Amino acid sequence: MARGRATLWALAGLLGALSALFLFWQIRGPVDFVLPLRATKLAALVLVGAATGIATVLFQTVAANRLLTPGIVGFDALFVFLQTGLVLMLGGLAVAGLPAFARFLGETALLMLAATALFGLLMRRDAGDVVRMILTGVILGVLLRGLAEMAQRLLAPSEYAVVQQAMFASFGAVERDQLAVAALVLALAGAAALRMAPALDVAGLGRPMARGLGLDHDRVVFLALALVAALVAVSTALVGPITFLGLLAASLGRVVAGSDRHALSLPAAALSGAAILVAGQVVFERLLGMQSTLAVLVEFFGGLLFLALVLRRRRG
Amino acid sequence: MIEVASLSYRAGPVPILHDIRLSLPAGGITALIGPNGAGKSSLLHCIAGLNRPAAGSVRIDGMDPFAVPDRTRARQVAILQQSPALASRLRVRELVAFGRWPHHGGRPGPEDAQATAAALAAFDLDALADRPLDTLSGGQRQRAMVAMAHAQATPWLLLDEPLNALDPRHARDLMARLHALSRPGPGARSVVVVLHDINAAAIWADRVVAMKAGHVIAADSAAKVLRPDLLEQVFDTAFEVVEHAGRRLVMTL
Repeated sequence: MARGRATLWALAGLLGALSALFLFWQIRGPVDFVLPLRATKLAALVLVGAATGIATVLFQTVAANRLLTPGIVGFDALFVFLQTGLVLMLGGLAVAGLPAFARFLGETALLMLAATALFGLLMRRDAGDVVRMILTGVILGVLLRGLAEMAQRLLAPSEYAVVQQAMFASFGAVERDQLAVAALVLALAGAAALRMAPALDVAGLGRPMARGLGLDHDRVVFLALALVAALVAVSTALVGPITFLGLLAASLGRVVAGSDRHALSLPAAALSGAAILVAGQVVFERLLGMQSTLAVLVEFFGGLLFLALVLRRRRG
Repeated sequence: MIEVASLSYRAGPVPILHDIRLSLPAGGITALIGPNGAGKSSLLHCIAGLNRPAAGSVRIDGMDPFAVPDRTRARQVAILQQSPALASRLRVRELVAFGRWPHHGGRPGPEDAQATAAALAAFDLDALADRPLDTLSGGQRQRAMVAMAHAQATPWLLLDEPLNALDPRHARDLMARLHALSRPGPGARSVVVVLHDINAAAIWADRVVAMKAGHVIAADSAAKVLRPDLLEQVFDTAFEVVEHAGRRLVMTL
């Protein structure tokens, strides 16, 4: 644990250095204009990275599966679908007219309900059958994405604009009051996840062993899924879906932490997720001269990692 | 004392156990034997409170394992299951320490560290204590799992085929260790163990329960159950039982 804690500090230091690089490197023009702009963007990157990393570790533990992530099984698509459904039912003006804070909390609560019901069922039915679980998860993800898209086609163009805001991974347009809410939800969910860490360690042994040790496994799965939903809502509401970021963050976090103990792997995945996004943004903004998008970069490397993990599992 | 009364169990629509009535006194080793699919594992899981029976009841020293909180149950009865290999970077010491979960619920104290160290020593795991599980052989992993169940410090210890993947020396050591644990005295355990090695049952078990097709065929002392006629009825193959150097040996013909 001592070594693990030292690694966490090193990772935090790296994130700090990357953040400083992002804030101060190649600063041109009026500093008091550029710095706040960059700081807002940095906060969004860190929040999204941390939320995605924590959500992925939680999800992988209760799914007993290192390949699935909330993004792959369609948590974010479910969120977009719910948002679209809300606009369909209430009308775009009514939804856009809601106070941002209330709207976000309402949508988050809705996602938590829907996700625990849907994915709780998936885990109960396919527990122990890894291949079937991956297939069901991926198909579910595609289905939810399709449903979200279909619902959007039913919208009038003006109403569509209300939903569209939420759908594209973009760190360019983040509002500051949104950031405050997101930070609050992330802090609460992160603290709850850390409190659950010992129980998550036991749950990581698999449902049969965990139950034998007297852990109420169903309850842990339910709580973890609820936290995952809250965290996915944070990152999707801020910047839209980035499917493979979680896989990168969780895998890197585990390697860096060198342990499956959640007291280490949760913060390590959070820091890794944040570091990946900040480093990616530095590369894309300052080195590639905005010639691509960060989401594309992350999806590219995340997709490669996904393939590598699948192929390694085949052989092993 | 474990009392199983008129217990039936189904896995989905498939009936597995039929009207099981069984009473196991505390202390000693009880061996569960029977052909594949006889329902030995299912019965063990019902007793441990993990498989909910369709009918009937289980009492462990008067406790209904389905009525008490999970952690209370796990302080009364520990179960070693036939689990798929745990591909985890957990170290052996960390795995064994999980046996203390029902006692501390996430906040281990010094007595938990002590119990973990004692379990590691008892199962010859000191040299492996800091090895990650995914670097162990099947037999070593199996021993670590048994040590974890031991660290749970429960009056009842249920083991589902603990000799799987063990070499002769470690199989013998494990049975001798269970035998010693189950002798009367302070901290004595009552052991119920599913065995496919009938000779291990003949040598170490105080009682043998023979099962077939979801029914208990016989439950008595090892000498009374391990007879050629009864074994043939249970396993559908001919057996010869011989005495050698004061030991009962069972062979298929």
